[in-house]
Amino acid sequence: MAQSNGVQINVENLTHRYNSKCPLTFEALDMQSTPGESLVIIGRSGCGKSTLLHIIAGLLGGYKGTMQLNGQDVKDPSSKWVMMFQAPHLFPWMTVEQNVGTGLRFAGWSKDKIRSRVNEAIALVNMEEYADKNTQDLSGGQQQRVALARSLVMEPDMLLLDEPFSALDAFTRANLQKDVRAISKQIGFNLVMVTHDIDEAVIMADRALVMAGSPGKMVHDLKVDLPDPRDRTDPEVQRMRAHLMEIFEEAAGGTLVSTNV
Amino acid sequence: MSNGNDDKDVGAAGAALAASTSSITARTLGRSLFNWVAGLAILFFLWYLGGLWIENNPNTTNFKDFGPIPTFKAFPELWGIGKIQAAVQTSGYRLGIGLLIAIVCGIPIGILLGRSRLFRELSNSPFQLIRMISPLSWEPIAVIVFVTWNGAIVFLIAIAAVWPIVFATAAGLAKVDPAWFKVAKNLGAKPWHMVTQIILPAIMFDILTGVRLALGVAWIVLVPAEFLGVTSGLGYSIADARETLSYDHLTAMVLVIGIMGYILDSSCAMLIKKFSWHH
Repeated sequence: MAQSNGVQINVENLTHRYNSKCPLTFEALDMQSTPGESLVIIGRSGCGKSTLLHIIAGLLGGYKGTMQLNGQDVKDPSSKWVMMFQAPHLFPWMTVEQNVGTGLRFAGWSKDKIRSRVNEAIALVNMEEYADKNTQDLSGGQQQRVALARSLVMEPDMLLLDEPFSALDAFTRANLQKDVRAISKQIGFNLVMVTHDIDEAVIMADRALVMAGSPGKMVHDLKVDLPDPRDRTDPEVQRMRAHLMEIFEEAAGGTLVSTNV
Repeated sequence: MSNGNDDKDVGAAGAALAASTSSITARTLGRSLFNWVAGLAILFFLWYLGGLWIENNPNTTNFKDFGPIPTFKAFPELWGIGKIQAAVQTSGYRLGIGLLIAIVCGIPIGILLGRSRLFRELSNSPFQLIRMISPLSWEPIAVIVFVTWNGAIVFLIAIAAVWPIVFATAAGLAKVDPAWFKVAKNLGAKPWHMVTQIILPAIMFDILTGVRLALGVAWIVLVPAEFLGVTSGLGYSIADARETLSYDHLTAMVLVIGIMGYILDSSCAMLIKKFSWHH
């Protein structure tokens, strides 16, 4: 996989509502992220974090304000910023290999080039021995690994994660969290993840943004300055977790505060 | 060392399990085959009894050729003069073209029906109304509209066969996970990719189920449609045999219709199995 330069994300004064009868999802939202950064947006259900992710990915329009990646307005989805969802949504009529190669087939690549890139992506997520399997025969964690490979094969500059590990058991979740962060650092792409899991935020983030309220606002910006690989039992990780938990519980509105621990 | 022994034990257990599984599969297959043959044997035996009764009843003895023995004797004769082959070929051609038109029209209409709410709401009443018109009642109009009888028959088959395909396609689309479209769009799918690589493979099972139903309807419409006007095909052969009082030929052609229909339906069922991705 080629190295990525990542993207500069610039969200300014962003306001969104689904239709005139709905209340505002969020109002005058600001958010920036530097190339290669892992940003985790944490908040309770319904605060608009998933909507924000869809807007960043170019999958949702109808907003007011600025949404730029590398200084360019985002109007459409692109295979350079790929989203992963809570469920893997694999195509069940395809094998693992065929699923992973989907985006390259759309881009009109030759079969040989697809095979070589697909093999690389499958190896990156440790699924080599399942390449020719039917995806319906795989466990939830294995299916999410295939979905990850299907995203990585596009050599994205940004991977957007919409609570992709929330349906998995704790052990599988912990492994995938570690692997996704390691791969993003190895290749250099941005991670933007939304979650309501504090542990996940501490393990995955370079920066954690706490979102709260209705309409949603960013109420806290926390730098998660911890060495890799991160272990839940490490006292530093636990201290950061306790701090983030405290912020999360108090987040019922207010203004954005920057803190370093 | 102990690992090696364990492996051997596991291997032996696996082989025993595989052997017992294959013997169960063989037994199940054997029983299915036996029942298949027995079912047909019962049918032919009942037919034979019916034939005997017709033959021994003074009021019906003129119709004794309806029995299985005269029918099976008529087969080589009809095959020898090429009547079966010609009828199957002509009817198969009409059925094939009619079905092809139904598929080519039915799938896009079904996709539109599944994807566009406006189209679904606009078309609901007209479609339900036209669908409920018996296909054969179109015959007088078809004969006026189409220059040839062949064209009229193909039209009747197509108008009868299109509905199961339209509705099965639309129903299949309703079951498609909307997230597949979002994922595909994110991976750079153009509209034609959505149709050829996402929608069609996702609903191929439903389309083929619709085609199987359509084939059944088309096959039923074909024979009465050939009773009038044309001088070829399976329907005509039956009508002709009745007029010439060749009851053995009549029954033989009816049997050909049954066998052909059975083969076509079984082929469709095999295709459905092949394209089904549901586990």
